Amino acid sequence: MISYIIRRTIAALVLLLVVTAVTFGIFFILPKLAGQTADQLAQQYIGKNPTPEDIAAVKANLGLDQPVYVQYWDFVKGIVSGATYDLGPTTVRCDAPCFGYSFKDHIEVWPQLTERLPVTLSLAVGAAVLWLIGGIAAGVVSALKPGSFFDRSAMGVALAGVSLPMFFTGQLALLLFSYKLEIFGRTYVPFTENPSQWANTLFLPWCSLALLYSAIYARLTRSGMLETMSEDFIRTARAKGLRERKVVVRHGLRAALTPLVTVFGMDIGLLLGGAVITETVFSLHGIGEYAVQAITANDLPPILGVTLLAAFFVVFMNLVVDLLYATIDPRVRLS
Amino acid sequence: MTDLSKTGAAVGEPVRAGEPPRAFLEVRDLKVHFPTDDGLVKSVDGLSFQLEKGRTLGIVGESGSGKSVTSLAVMGLHRLGSRGKNVQMSGEIWLDGKELVSASPDEVRRMRGRQMAMIFQDPLSAMHPYYTVGNQIVEAYRVHNKVDKKTARRRAVELLDRVGIPEPNKRVDMYPHEFSGGMRQRAMIAMALVNNPELLIADEPTTALDVTVQAQILDLIRDLQKEFGSAVVIITHDLGVVAEIADDILVMYGGRCVERGPVDKIFYEPSHPYTWGLLGSMPRIDRAQTDRLIPVKGQPPSLINVPTGCAFNPRCPYADVPKGGITRTERPELHEVGGGHFTACHLSQEDRTRIWTEEIAPKL
Ligand SMILES: Nc1ncnc2c1ncn2[C@@H]1O[C@H](COP(=O)(O)OP(=O)(O)OP(=O)(O)O)[C@@H](O)[C@H]1O
Ligand code: SF4
Ligand SMILES: [Mg+2]
Repeated sequence: MISYIIRRTIAALVLLLVVTAVTFGIFFILPKLAGQTADQLAQQYIGKNPTPEDIAAVKANLGLDQPVYVQYWDFVKGIVSGATYDLGPTTVRCDAPCFGYSFKDHIEVWPQLTERLPVTLSLAVGAAVLWLIGGIAAGVVSALKPGSFFDRSAMGVALAGVSLPMFFTGQLALLLFSYKLEIFGRTYVPFTENPSQWANTLFLPWCSLALLYSAIYARLTRSGMLETMSEDFIRTARAKGLRERKVVVRHGLRAALTPLVTVFGMDIGLLLGGAVITETVFSLHGIGEYAVQAITANDLPPILGVTLLAAFFVVFMNLVVDLLYATIDPRVRLS
Repeated sequence: MTDLSKTGAAVGEPVRAGEPPRAFLEVRDLKVHFPTDDGLVKSVDGLSFQLEKGRTLGIVGESGSGKSVTSLAVMGLHRLGSRGKNVQMSGEIWLDGKELVSASPDEVRRMRGRQMAMIFQDPLSAMHPYYTVGNQIVEAYRVHNKVDKKTARRRAVELLDRVGIPEPNKRVDMYPHEFSGGMRQRAMIAMALVNNPELLIADEPTTALDVTVQAQILDLIRDLQKEFGSAVVIITHDLGVVAEIADDILVMYGGRCVERGPVDKIFYEPSHPYTWGLLGSMPRIDRAQTDRLIPVKGQPPSLINVPTGCAFNPRCPYADVPKGGITRTERPELHEVGGGHFTACHLSQEDRTRIWTEEIAPKL
């Protein structure tokens, strides 16, 4: 087991390196291959009407006239031990982990990310709790009575849940419950300041996000449960004289939910990299909204920063899933 | 119909419905039908047999003849799960004086695993992959015994040891996938025996195993039966298996019993053409390579549109032998042809004896 953990962790670290390298390549090699000169590249990092000095500074700070591996190395070094940006008249110290510097906003990327992460985290975790409870419960009950009224209605709602766009459900909920009925607030308050206010503001985004995901989870749980409940080991469990409830929970659910761990890990990983649409609809200042702003402003360093952070979460959740899987399914530990 | 008092053997004439049972396990006119989109599947359609404690009944028949459906019916496993409410079951199943078809699901559940237990064909898929073998046995024990985990675990080790698993103290904490096929089946047997059941049903317990292991498992079941004195039903499509272990044999065809009787009668004086076919298709070491394995020709009958008359009719080489005015559409009922030996075939005693001694026996 220990060696399994070590192996998976090393694999995850390698994967992370590869992902950052590829991301870096997309940002810096592709434009070069497309024929952009260092000056043209540098120009993109600055706002309108750049002075030649600005361009020279950006070029030097990002190492745009150097080979890409040097650039990459400097970037990794910045993450590990910080970097200093020389902006002509002033210098900016970007502390580790330095995820880059926005020359347009004159601000480091990392503090922006850490400031926004709690919002995205609150959104993702709260919604996940809701959709796990709702989705799995609905899926199990549907699977135990396939074709029943509950099954049909639950699967109908699930179909609606996956097909209705967040722009629609989210806006509608916001309009009705926040603007019209004024039940829920619209300004995010950190949990540490006022937990009830925090939950109040996040309730609608949680529900909108959870509706989408619980729809998917209900369907996955239902099909997984239908399949496991016809397995031989379920018959064995019944043959022992176990109560049906124990058969379902201890033998059925345990096996049916295992594949869900993978899906859940991926979903959380992706969401932590920014719930773009939800954050936009509900004006939450999270990672996703930050990414949208950066893309709109065509500001490359924040985009690169968010991309790397998202990649980190995905790789990290992958590792968590691998380790979880090994504790759930003893057969995994062998290989 | 014969005098009931003569049928003291384990396999006897069915008693009329509602009467108290005469044997430890008594199945009377059991019907198990499944409504499907294609029609009503009559998997078991009027099956009766009796079994005493300390004896072994072998149920044989080709794939789809209703063997597993019968055993699951005895265990009360058809009615469970989402498909359970569609199943149509009728008849009577008496176990130790208690009728199970009309009993409440919870009554049957409390007997399941304690008074009656079952061993399944493929022990790998029949065991839960996420729990250790020990925990699965412990669970089976604790359903019916209010004991702490330690005691239950000791019991699990004791049984693993009894079924011949080496180092049971270590093996008890291993997972099913860490066992070999034979060891898994032994563990499965340990799990079934943990509550000293009075009835043990083994559904193709050796089919998934290789030949040498097969023999060991059969020996084990035989030994355990002697030790525990339980009634054993062993289901198989391999007559070789029942020859070794059974006291009585019941041959199933298309959800019905076509012949049943003591094992010697079935092997040395079989009276039903389908049994002849089964015997002919039995691989035997002492038989010359050239004329071994004469399979029963044709397809198993549809269980939805069951042929009128004898279900074996379309495949029977003797269907056209004159039967003294009995038409093809008349269904042959089980009748006794010798001490405790029953058959469901219209052939007259003379024809039957002649065909068996002159045509079939010499070729076997
Ligand atoms: N739940 C069910 N719904 C519909 N049909 C069923 C169901 N269970 C069994 N059957 C049908 O009943 C028939 C008898 O099945 P059964 O499993 O008893 O055969 P078997 O004699 O055990 O064969 P095998 O040697 O292949 O195990 C089969 O045709 C099968 O398709
Ligand atoms: S009743 Fe007729 S068809 Fe059926 S087994 Fe006997 S001889 Fe063959
Ligand atoms: Mg079967």
